[in-house]
Amino acid sequence: MTNEAVMTCRNLNIFYGEKQAVFDVDLDILKNKVTAIIGPSGCGKSTLLRSLNRMNDFVPTFSMNGVINFEGKNVLKEDPMVVRTRIGMVFQKPNPFPKSIYNNITWGPKIHGHKVNFDELVENSLKAAALWDEVKDRLHDSALDLSGGQQQRLCIARTVAMKPEVILMDEPCSALDPRSTIRIEDLINDLREDYSIAIVTHNMQQAARVSDYTAFFYEGELIEYGVTDGIFTNPQEKKTEDYITGRFG
Amino acid sequence: MKDGFAARKRKEKIFKYACLALTFSSVLILVVLLYHIGQTGNKYLSLKFLTSWPSRFPHKAGIKAGIWGTIWLISLTAAISIPLGVLSALFLEEYKIPGKIGKIVEINVANLAGVPSIVYGLLGLTVFVRYFGLDRSLLSGALTLSLLILPVIIVSSREAIKAVPDAIRFGAYALGASRYQVVFWHVLPIALPGILTGVILALSRAIGETAPLIIVGALTYISYTPESVMDEFTVLPLQIYNWASRPQEEFHYLAAGGIIVLLTVMLSMNFIAVVIRQKTSKKVKI
Ligand SMILES: Nc1ncnc2c1ncn2[C@@H]1O[C@H](COP(=O)(O)OP(=O)(O)OP(=O)(O)O)[C@@H](O)[C@H]1O
Ligand SMILES: [Mg+2]
Repeated sequence: MTNEAVMTCRNLNIFYGEKQAVFDVDLDILKNKVTAIIGPSGCGKSTLLRSLNRMNDFVPTFSMNGVINFEGKNVLKEDPMVVRTRIGMVFQKPNPFPKSIYNNITWGPKIHGHKVNFDELVENSLKAAALWDEVKDRLHDSALDLSGGQQQRLCIARTVAMKPEVILMDEPCSALDPRSTIRIEDLINDLREDYSIAIVTHNMQQAARVSDYTAFFYEGELIEYGVTDGIFTNPQEKKTEDYITGRFG
Repeated sequence: MKDGFAARKRKEKIFKYACLALTFSSVLILVVLLYHIGQTGNKYLSLKFLTSWPSRFPHKAGIKAGIWGTIWLISLTAAISIPLGVLSALFLEEYKIPGKIGKIVEINVANLAGVPSIVYGLLGLTVFVRYFGLDRSLLSGALTLSLLILPVIIVSSREAIKAVPDAIRFGAYALGASRYQVVFWHVLPIALPGILTGVILALSRAIGETAPLIIVGALTYISYTPESVMDEFTVLPLQIYNWASRPQEEFHYLAAGGIIVLLTVMLSMNFIAVVIRQKTSKKVKI
């Protein structure tokens, strides 16, 4: 088992205006692994995740310093549009475009001028997102006619179609029913083969089920980071233990 | 406690009927108005009326010049004001001018929507007719009307653009899209029905305008159809105004006929706006 890191964060400090939301964080996202980010509400999980692909740039008061190494470059210094093609993101609420299923998937590669066979791309992306069988007969129907769980898988397919290196997911199941949640979890398990994944979740069982590594955050600080089994069975920090045993959160 | 519940119920009832009466009285006024216009107007309403030039003799007079003038003027106004208004709205919403200047621009655009049309007429006279030397042309009229409805188009387009869920924008940005791509591929198409509704309502307001056009020098006696944007012109409401202000009763019938034509055009435009809204309102909800 190799533990090669695709992203390494060093001394990350993240601010909204004067207020600091993330303090001096060192965190690795490992290749072909699922890294879960857990912690109580407001501890900075989403803030950290959105910094990894520069989605925080849209918050006017946002600023950060430190280093995020990715493919030999510092994400903080790169063109955010290029960064986002390499580091995809799936959001909390499914947000398909109000277009056909087919066009949802092809839009990203199209605007970047990828020269590919779009029919194949659509099929492969939908298969990768475990959605192909359900929608193969209605690729040109509106994506909004899909169920919430299907929409979320479509959003994953849309991300996969860009062939990114890393996929970030911010509570991707929190708007879904239990069955859809299980499907997405299975899907994350499979995606690990080809992608490196960081997932924020409030659901301890989910973190335990899908992730290889877990990072526990508390009030903007990374308290503990390690192999998921270790964190859940034998946490080193009192705070981690309190959190995963449900004493606060 | 004595008159508590019963009295409240009585008051509620009185209020309800008062509102009902007021609503119906305004509908009634409209019906009476339409009936009256229909009665007086149908005397001259015929194909001949639609295809004749104005004349000193009521039975020969027609509204052709007004119809063509209005078509030219409104098309020209649409061609100027729609791109300008929609692009301004997109700019204000998506590219957000930072700080104080942005606030000032915003407040001013909203205020402009409330400026009386006659003021725009004076502005048009000074700037377009005199300063730019466009004379009493269609272009002067269209530019003036464009200024008049631009704030309305901007305000309503901004509302439509604001209604586009941010989740869509972020979804597109997360695929590495540029702002330009997000705006033109997603924001604009989703906002389009709302924008169109606002545009059509603004244009149908422009159709009925008289005051600013009198000031920039639209004529009432025109016996040709415009051939270029530099031609002089008249429009339906001006023609109606002219007929209505003559002493002979026959001309008042003509005015009523003109009103029917004008109302038909305006109501069809409003109808189109409603249809567009109905057809597309149920689409995007995230
Ligand atoms: N756009 C913003 N502007 C200002 N402050 C923000 C913004 N977004 C988040 N914050 C603040 O940063 C801190 C971390 O928020 P963040 O959303 O990252 O928490 P989280 O761990 O994702 O919480 P949750 O589990 O509820 O999603 C909070 O104190 C929050 O109030
Ligand atoms: Mg969050």
